[in-house]
Amino acid sequence: MKGSLTAFPCYARLLANVVKQVDIPLIQESMIGGGLIGLASVALMLSQGRIAGISSITYRAIFPSVFELWSLFFIAGLVIGPLLLVTITDFEAPSFNGSWLSILVGGLFVGIGTRLGSGCTSGHGVCGIGRGSVRSLIATLTFMLFGVITVFLLGFLP
Amino acid sequence: MKIHASALLSGMIFGLGLAISGMTDPENIQGFLDITRDWRPHLALVMGSALVVSTLFFQFVVPRLKGPLFTASFLLPLTSVVDQKLIIGAVLFGVGWGISGLCPGPAVAGLAYLEPKILGFIVAMALGFKVADWLSAQMVPKQSEQQV
Repeated sequence: MKGSLTAFPCYARLLANVVKQVDIPLIQESMIGGGLIGLASVALMLSQGRIAGISSITYRAIFPSVFELWSLFFIAGLVIGPLLLVTITDFEAPSFNGSWLSILVGGLFVGIGTRLGSGCTSGHGVCGIGRGSVRSLIATLTFMLFGVITVFLLGFLP
Repeated sequence: MKIHASALLSGMIFGLGLAISGMTDPENIQGFLDITRDWRPHLALVMGSALVVSTLFFQFVVPRLKGPLFTASFLLPLTSVVDQKLIIGAVLFGVGWGISGLCPGPAVAGLAYLEPKILGFIVAMALGFKVADWLSAQMVPKQSEQQV
């Protein structure tokens, strides 16, 4: 036990070296951004007991079955966040080079899929897996696998 | 009032997280899914970091709480069945995700960039929601399942 404790700085240095070797750009941004996404899910659950599943919240905001004003507020915040970043900081908005066809077909598939499958990257991927839901883990692995297959196949298109 | 303010704040933090981590850029998403060519590992890091926070919270904090701050109880999904609908849905979502490089969160957050394609994606997605509702009605005549 004592040995493993004194060896800790060595492990830390080893880990740091591995990270440096892999040289992932934007590693800090990824971790900070990811932490914020987790924090937002915690905030929504802690304040009003709701899962931060964006597909479901977007559905509620567009097609409200009962009066669910909170979903509109969440959606507004979701847009205001990046809007602040673009206006106040020197953050550059990404470019959208995909064709209109890929955007519309993709959007249709994402809509059908997330509604049938009861969730997306946030609801299943972050909240569901965090809750220890096997259903969400299987859904996440499935959409990741098919995302990989789709991009692999699309790569052969001219 | 408190419910709406906390929903707004949660949404803002979520949107900031998506933008800062580069997840609103479709190239980072497709780059992550493109494991055989020029792989971009960001998404794994982002999701991993988010999962550390959400897992600690759901596993260790939620069980010790009586309920949320401003409402009566935690609204957690009760379904645990892995059925055909879940799998077909996840497959279709994966395909759409790969084609466009967008999923619902980054798409809605991306409205901030005033990009017409993002609006087009959301309109198509809304249409997809309705198609799925119609499909569900065909698959199982009576069901009132909630989304995660």
